Amino acid sequence: MKSVVKGFGMNRKFVRKMALAAAGFALAAGGLAGTAYAQRDPAYEAARASGKVGEKMDGYLGIVGASTPELQRMVNDINIKRRAVYAQKAQTANATLEEYALTAGCIAIARTEPGEKYQAPDGSWKTRTSAPPERDSRCPA
Amino acid sequence: MTSAELTARRAAARTLAMQGNATARKRAIRSLPLVVASLLTLAGCISVEAPDKPIVIELNINIRQEVIYRLAEDAGNTIEENADIF
Repeated sequence: MKSVVKGFGMNRKFVRKMALAAAGFALAAGGLAGTAYAQRDPAYEAARASGKVGEKMDGYLGIVGASTPELQRMVNDINIKRRAVYAQKAQTANATLEEYALTAGCIAIARTEPGEKYQAPDGSWKTRTSAPPERDSRCPA
Repeated sequence: MTSAELTARRAAARTLAMQGNATARKRAIRSLPLVVASLLTLAGCISVEAPDKPIVIELNINIRQEVIYRLAEDAGNTIEENADIF
């Protein structure tokens, strides 16, 4: 690539920068492809998209509207798994379970997609728009 | 020859106060500085008194926010690593 661009009579420094950027991009793309994490269960994905479940401030999933036994089971299952992950990570990070869960809640709410539900600081359920979500004042930017 | 005395000698009383005949008015005037001083001390005590509860709460919020900022990157990675439950 370097020699090709050089042939067009371009600045040496610029060429090197471009080569570095390309290498960096390739590495990043490779990294993304290499870490293929498990994806959401289709039922969970559908419940999120339809606003039946939402991200709570405390880092756990909540049921937004009417609850069904099936929905409750799914939410409980996910929250138990989340709690286990929080507990393990909090111990490693020398933090409490609540602190870690709250931090994860901040980030999970920030990463909701338009149409999904999240809990605002006043406790009410909000639908995420393209605008930034209403979050606890302690949440990191 | 020494003169026998029961008690030590005292200087003769020169003023009415020393003779125990000071008037109430004079006593009041003499004690005025002491009264003023004690009042000032009391006033000082009142101004020092401050509620400590709000201070504690603010401190708590600060600590929590610090913790959240410290954990933010780690929590973000955790969410990515466990994409199936987030």
